[in-house]
Amino acid sequence: MGNPFEYAPAPESRAIVDIAPAYGLFIDGTFAEAADGGRLKTVNPATEEVLAEIAVGGEADVDRAVKAARKAFKSWSALPGAQRAKYLFRIARLIQEHARELAVLESIDNGKPIRESRDVDIPLVAAHFFHYAGWADKLAHAGLWRSRTNEHSGADPKPIGVAGQVIPWNFPLLMLAWKVAPALACGNTVVLKPAETTPLTALRFAEICVEAGLPNGVVNIVTGAGETGRALIAHPDVDKVAFTGSTAVGKEIARTIAGTRKRVTLELGGKAANIVYDDAAIDSAVDGIVEGIFFNGGQVCCAGSRLLVQESVADELLASLTRRIKTLRVGDPLDKNTDVGAINSAAQLSRIQELVAAGEAEGAERWSLAGELPGKGFWFPPTVFTGVTQAHRIARDEIFGPVLTVQTFRTPAEAVEKANNTAYGLSAGVWTEKGAKALWTAQRLRAGVVWTNTFNKFDPASPFGGFKESGFGREGGRHGLEAYLDV
Amino acid sequence: MPSAILADPAEVTSSEAALRRFLHGLPGVDRVGTEARAAMLATRSIKTDAKVAAIDLAIRMIDLTTLEGADTPGKVRSLCAKALHPDPGAPDTPRPAAICVYGDLVAEAKAALGDFGVHVAAVATAFPSGRASLDVKLADVAYAVAAGADEIDMVIDRGAFLAGRYRDVFDEIVAVKAACARGEAAGGGSAHLKVILETGELSTYDNVRRASWLAMLAGADFIKTSTGKVAVNATLPVTLVMLQAVRDFREATGRQVGVKPAGGIRTTKDAMKYLVLVNETVGSDWLDPDWFRLGASSLLNDLLMQRQKLATGRYSGPDYVTVD
Amino acid sequence: MSERLEVLKTYKLYVGGKFPRSESGRVYAVTDSKGRTLANAPRGSRKDARDAVVAARKAFPGWSGATAYNRGQILYRIAEMLEGRREQFATEVAAAEGVNRTRALAAVDAAVDRWVWYAGWTDKLAQVAGGANPVAGPFANWSTPEPTGVVAVIASQRSSLLGLTGAVAPVIATGNTAVVLAAGASALPALSFAEVLAVSDLPGGVVNILTGHPAEIAPTLASHQDVNAIDLTGVAPDAGVASARDLEIAAADNLKRVLRPGPKEPDWTADPGTARMLAFTETRTVWHPTGH
Repeated sequence: MGNPFEYAPAPESRAIVDIAPAYGLFIDGTFAEAADGGRLKTVNPATEEVLAEIAVGGEADVDRAVKAARKAFKSWSALPGAQRAKYLFRIARLIQEHARELAVLESIDNGKPIRESRDVDIPLVAAHFFHYAGWADKLAHAGLWRSRTNEHSGADPKPIGVAGQVIPWNFPLLMLAWKVAPALACGNTVVLKPAETTPLTALRFAEICVEAGLPNGVVNIVTGAGETGRALIAHPDVDKVAFTGSTAVGKEIARTIAGTRKRVTLELGGKAANIVYDDAAIDSAVDGIVEGIFFNGGQVCCAGSRLLVQESVADELLASLTRRIKTLRVGDPLDKNTDVGAINSAAQLSRIQELVAAGEAEGAERWSLAGELPGKGFWFPPTVFTGVTQAHRIARDEIFGPVLTVQTFRTPAEAVEKANNTAYGLSAGVWTEKGAKALWTAQRLRAGVVWTNTFNKFDPASPFGGFKESGFGREGGRHGLEAYLDV
Repeated sequence: MPSAILADPAEVTSSEAALRRFLHGLPGVDRVGTEARAAMLATRSIKTDAKVAAIDLAIRMIDLTTLEGADTPGKVRSLCAKALHPDPGAPDTPRPAAICVYGDLVAEAKAALGDFGVHVAAVATAFPSGRASLDVKLADVAYAVAAGADEIDMVIDRGAFLAGRYRDVFDEIVAVKAACARGEAAGGGSAHLKVILETGELSTYDNVRRASWLAMLAGADFIKTSTGKVAVNATLPVTLVMLQAVRDFREATGRQVGVKPAGGIRTTKDAMKYLVLVNETVGSDWLDPDWFRLGASSLLNDLLMQRQKLATGRYSGPDYVTVD
Repeated sequence: MSERLEVLKTYKLYVGGKFPRSESGRVYAVTDSKGRTLANAPRGSRKDARDAVVAARKAFPGWSGATAYNRGQILYRIAEMLEGRREQFATEVAAAEGVNRTRALAAVDAAVDRWVWYAGWTDKLAQVAGGANPVAGPFANWSTPEPTGVVAVIASQRSSLLGLTGAVAPVIATGNTAVVLAAGASALPALSFAEVLAVSDLPGGVVNILTGHPAEIAPTLASHQDVNAIDLTGVAPDAGVASARDLEIAAADNLKRVLRPGPKEPDWTADPGTARMLAFTETRTVWHPTGH
């Protein structure tokens, strides 16, 4: 009979989504073409099929969107918090109602497995709106009423104004939620630019805003590529810039807004260490390492890309890890049993390939999961490098793909030293059954989020953001309000 | 993992202190991570051809069970008939692995099952509580073996385990294993020994891992979750921890041990989740009735209804499977 | 043809997610402000109170152990279900309180909005009222507000739906379970409100609603050893037999947390702040060493 558990294909139905041939920009409550008629194509990275044509916003479009947001700001910010809350609750509920559709759309446009978009991304999106809906009428309780620039800001803190928000392609709708929900809750209006390769869920979100009855101009979605983002950030009437993406672009933004009164929060790259001590719960540590680097194909800024394992258990841990990776199922993102989907774009794939080649050239030992990858689309197999040192480029540069580097350490102090020896500081992981050691380590890691005995956990109540070149500002929870209040 | 820590199995069981050192030296089990892993695997989707094959495999893995105070020879004969002809309308339906009964009904079951290859398993050792003297427990086992039981499902002494008297638990399993030997007149050999850990009473996953190793070191052929008689019976995360244990034990000793979750597994969906757990934790070596069993009773009919659905395209109902 | 005869509702208690009649087998006539009978309400007994406390205690582990997000979703669901019954409650509130329809509608709307307000608090109170404590030593140390347990609520006898909401929502938002006594004008709207709770994914027993004579039930709840706290807001100064002070004395036997009534009916439309939530929480502080 053979093993029946070469599970048969179990594709999630695509019929639930209805993708239009072309989309305009969502400005002031309506969709419109770009002023200069610019278009780009968004493709399914698993098949290279063109999904739709997307308008490319230029300076004139950005200006129109910022003006719409400015106009809407007056009445939106004047609404009682409880009213803003109700809009956000409506949006949260509509996202819950359309959850499966959004999950499928996200997987088609991004390439991530449906299991992740269905069980992680979209539920978190709804939860994020739900959470910040509740804050909208409780800002006076947030303990954020100190004021530097606004003499009117008292116990009831005031919004900043028009927020220009630029988000990445790895968690398209979730990053939108992280940006839009707190901004609106605090009374700001937004112009958001989704990533050029993953605009579809943001455009669907625009329709949800209409369905929720959100006043025109409160949310504006201007699609496009890098130039569109630059125009948005540089626009003189944008009061607040929020960006998630690469550290290189983050630095460019910091230079662009220098000398202006613009507020900024940046959530940038990472090169997280995942530290496994010899007294860890090994089976769960292995699961956590896999979750840390292969969740979303490692295209995660907080991915646990550097495994630091105590030398005394390194061999046995790596044997378990390899065995576990061999059970990963790479392929069709819409198959419910897929663990690792497609790489989001050809450009990203070539960056991964380049860094992996550098790792091999510098003498690290590469192991990749065997097995045939789909002929079309952008794919890279789960890969582990051993024999890596701090000097290797793959241990220092963010790869943003399913590639893990392994180093060993002898003592907790050495683990912390190696973990912190990076320009980044977004996240880190610690695995030990000894609570005191977990906390000791966590307190010494220069990272914005430290997971102990778990990895890649997110919650709207939990602040997220980086140290050092991973950016500044926090998203999530009470702390996330600060970025959108004039305090 | 433990090839390093189990260089000499005889050494680690040589004394109470050595046994304790070994069991407490096993890596901890993280509750949250283990449950998350089991929950993630429960989302696997088994469709079409894979489902057809998996349903038949699950049927072949069932220990069809009746363990009631009200059991009678008539009830056992009825259950045996069900095992031999699970679905009278579909003669190609495979048979379950075994019938599981109390020791006093083994002879009845043996006679009813004939030579069709369906085993008789007997619960023994003062099942389900295990509260009796060792002599009584061994007599219980010997009686069932003499009556023709192919497999013995014993319970460990949970009181001794929770009190930290690991060596007592170990010695008792060793003694029961010896009592499983058949006389020359009965053809020699030994009844297969399944050791019930009663994980619902052990409470922690660390205990489940330690009890699994303890039972395997003492000679268990199978480790089994539950009697089905306490509040918490088989669960996916408990079974995951036990599968990790048999995997690591084989790696350390070369000996393969089977796993049997029992109690509370009622639907085809449940059964599929357990098979997925096996597949992704220990692999296809265990995807066989010799190495994985499902202790259940109502599960069989649900599998049969699903089987009919796959054959006909229509959902079946309880009137189209036999009640026994 | 004769005119259609109206089908009248039999009002029943709400205990453990079910709608039992009073164990006493008795009812009493509830009248409007002009003394006209509106309907009969069950006359809850001491045994009904006892059963309600048992139900609330049984529901406590599940409700307090639910995630704050989950509790928020359910409180929001209550708001959704109440919004859909706006007309019904406007009629009931107007009849019960003797106010005009406009004021009754305003009270219903305010009650809906109050549920939304507390729905948003479930996963925020710990960030506002709790936090990390920078102790001098190698320790991690943090404090969180935790629910106190079973809370008896003597609900406002004047503000039927809004007063009931204002008292019950903060109790359950933080994970407590409640036994509510709704008397006076509140009786009938409270029992109808139980029908909202019953369809809002709220686990049975989290909120239990009794009607009857406060003199009979309130002392039972105040002295009950398995009740952790009591909200005396609805004890009217003219209630007679059991004054708020008597109830507070009875509550002292197991050191119940007591929320005393104010000098007059609270303004239920005002921003309630966090006081009512914090009245029924305990602060738990955890010390954990750091080292290797």
